[in-house]
Amino acid sequence: MKIDVNEEFKNIKRYETDVLVIGAGGAGLRAAISVAEAGLHGIIVSKSLLGKAHTVMAEGGAAASLGNVDPRDNWMVHFRDTMKGGKYHNNWKMAEVFAKDAPERIRELELYGAVFDRTEQGKIKQRNFGGHKFPRLAHVGDRTGLELIRTLQDKVVHFENIDIHMETAISKLLVENGEVTGAFGYDRQSGDLLLFEAKSVILATGGFGKTFRITSNSWELTGDGEAMLYNEGGELTDMEFIQFHPTGMVYPNSVKGTLVTEGVRGEGGILRNSEGKRFMFNYVPEMFKDDYATTEEEADKWITGDPNARRPPELLTRDVVSKAIRSEVKAGRGSPHGGAFLDIASRRTPEEIKKALPSMYHQFKKLAKLDITKEPMEVGPTAHYAMGGIKVDGVTQETNIKGIFAAGEVGAGLHGANRLGGNSLTDLLVFGKIAGDYAAKRAKETTLKKPSEQKIKEAIEVTLEPFKDGNDINPYEIHAELREKMEEYAGIVRDEQGMKKGLDVLYEFLERSKHVKASGDSRMYNSSWHQSLDVKHMVITGIILTTAALQRKESRGAHTREDFPKPVDDLIKVLYVISKGPDGKPIVKEELYDDLPADLQKAMEEGEDA
Amino acid sequence: MPEKIDIYSGATLDSKIDLSIQRGSKNSEVKMEKYTVEYDKTEVVLDLVHRVQAEFAPDLAVRWNCKAGKCGSCSAEVNGSPKLMCMTKMSDYTNAKSMEIRPMRTFPLIKDLVTDVSWNFEKNKQIKPFKPPTGVKELTMYQQHVDRIQEYRKCIECFLCQDTCHVLRTHEEFNQYAGPRFMIRLATLEFHPEDQEDRIGEIKNTFGVNMCNITKCCQEVCPEEIHITDNGIIPLKERVADNFYDPLMMAVSWIKRLL
Repeated sequence: MKIDVNEEFKNIKRYETDVLVIGAGGAGLRAAISVAEAGLHGIIVSKSLLGKAHTVMAEGGAAASLGNVDPRDNWMVHFRDTMKGGKYHNNWKMAEVFAKDAPERIRELELYGAVFDRTEQGKIKQRNFGGHKFPRLAHVGDRTGLELIRTLQDKVVHFENIDIHMETAISKLLVENGEVTGAFGYDRQSGDLLLFEAKSVILATGGFGKTFRITSNSWELTGDGEAMLYNEGGELTDMEFIQFHPTGMVYPNSVKGTLVTEGVRGEGGILRNSEGKRFMFNYVPEMFKDDYATTEEEADKWITGDPNARRPPELLTRDVVSKAIRSEVKAGRGSPHGGAFLDIASRRTPEEIKKALPSMYHQFKKLAKLDITKEPMEVGPTAHYAMGGIKVDGVTQETNIKGIFAAGEVGAGLHGANRLGGNSLTDLLVFGKIAGDYAAKRAKETTLKKPSEQKIKEAIEVTLEPFKDGNDINPYEIHAELREKMEEYAGIVRDEQGMKKGLDVLYEFLERSKHVKASGDSRMYNSSWHQSLDVKHMVITGIILTTAALQRKESRGAHTREDFPKPVDDLIKVLYVISKGPDGKPIVKEELYDDLPADLQKAMEEGEDA
Repeated sequence: MPEKIDIYSGATLDSKIDLSIQRGSKNSEVKMEKYTVEYDKTEVVLDLVHRVQAEFAPDLAVRWNCKAGKCGSCSAEVNGSPKLMCMTKMSDYTNAKSMEIRPMRTFPLIKDLVTDVSWNFEKNKQIKPFKPPTGVKELTMYQQHVDRIQEYRKCIECFLCQDTCHVLRTHEEFNQYAGPRFMIRLATLEFHPEDQEDRIGEIKNTFGVNMCNITKCCQEVCPEEIHITDNGIIPLKERVADNFYDPLMMAVSWIKRLL
């Protein structure tokens, strides 16, 4: 197809707003509430229908030190757990405000209409999860993400000053003179090209799990926010830290990677190898040895609520459990389909299991023809979450590009080298609100700056590139190949040789991705067009991830190097900040976190002793 | 036949089926297109549709997100039955030589398997939101009092119930009745122990609870197994009846009006 940029330019649909929110998961929706409450106009754009974003898939819960189940809990313990789980590589400013604001964000959700499971005293019930010292996750069975997104969705739709564009994707951020002027995209249903002019833009686009073959992520997580910001000179960091969740389904093939909630272990589920041995006792790292039970007897006492017993090792942080399962499989003690056995059937009654884990019961019964109240599940690691992403200011969530903010999985810092389960949903609420507040503040203090005609025309070319004559790459095939290579060269365990090979392959993909082909003669709901643009973003994030992983010469949290198997103390505070170099390739800059201030050091110690 | 492996999942594709998929948009001719697709027996229908996209029809329109039965995006009619394609296993169609996939019939077609479901989002907007008691920072509610609404809140908005409901599907009473999904949404709010809003008039008049004549087709297709009619619509009907048709209550409201 011949693309006439001038003709296209005339037909663009234009919108103006104070704050443009890109993404309608938990962070985007919560940000929009702040914008609306500040009395400003906001537009939310969402790649899919409202309420379908990846947040909906979150299962286990949202962590906040409400202290409803164990009154010993407080923000300091949550702060300490988050830092420790992140292997002390976290942005402590974010971790502090996160731990402090979490309870209020959860209670506020209840006033919006969320209905969490209850304690006997009629308060929000909290469950145990990996790395959290006390029961801390507000939850609704194992469908907490659905509760969260539906609640926020139903709140947002009633604001007169918020417009929602469903099934609309952004293809380019408009940045001129170091400042945002808006964003350009397209309506997936009609194929129309859209221009959004905005004073502030919030990126709430999520992570990039779809870069990997085995993943728990939905199709939407293609690194759009990361890649688009990078293309405009934005800075990313911690891109080497990808969380592999220890318990994805490994069978049947069709659902390989689909998440099995950590709530199964929170409710008492245990991991066994093919010899029937409860192997996690052999994998307790030195830094956690005082927190975890050493015998099955002690672990079982803890499950019954004995306050003096320590936690079972199945509830170690996700990085540790993933690597343990991988080691067992490698040693020949894996389950028939190459995972470990996760057993809740022998630990809880069928009634308890169905009440606490209804969606797991349903998922296995439907998709694997397996009754989890009777038999163990087979599970193995699955790419789940990006700790890294866009580098933000720890107070305002603003990026290095003026007027662009980031919140949720697309942002980096809070989770350090490894995220604790349950901290993600709360992250969306806490930092969605903060990003919304500061984006609104900026919008009030600034005037709308018009994007230039030249910039808009550049955006048209980027958006319509897949329709160009001569393109011949099948976007589905290149995606499948990319996922395979990422798994092979930048997966759970990495080494220099593999990653260098991986980067060579990825640069080939980058060349080929310029020729991905949108088929058919209509732009209306054209899946090949959508997939083509998504693939371009995934290739870029893949390159950045691998570049960062090559740079970090240690093993820390979710980043494991076979050639550098130990953590290096000198690297705890080192951040690898990546931006686009003049030759189009990423350049890496080293930055250092400040030392933890005395008051937070003290908070951490008090958390430790609680 | 040489062994064929799926490009995404690595599954061995050792079976074959003729998939007829509805192609075409609101602006073009609409017809059934046949694709012969290889598959693995443990796969779901959505896997096969994805294979059609990758191998035969890259521009095929299909709405999907999570492929785990949690988001409610991939609703369609498989051999005439409203289903989530991601939860419909090929092993439930053993030995089938062919299969037909069409979009939901109740909503206007956009393209191929994608329909325009925006009417549902408009309806939802008309429902008055949850109203907590004023001045409280936290709610005290007991599990036995929220069990009922937690069942309703399992809804993933796949709109299969809307697709099935004959008031909408056959009689097209989109102005008279909000459909089972929104009866459930209204029930969530009405039976919330702490909600302070009054929606009873709208439930009867605007959203048309009386239009439902309890054929229970909606609850049969609900992938979340919500007892839409039994636990949601019938109790709502009772509440409306209590308010509008109970002689004692009617007398009270007459007296109120006279005063």
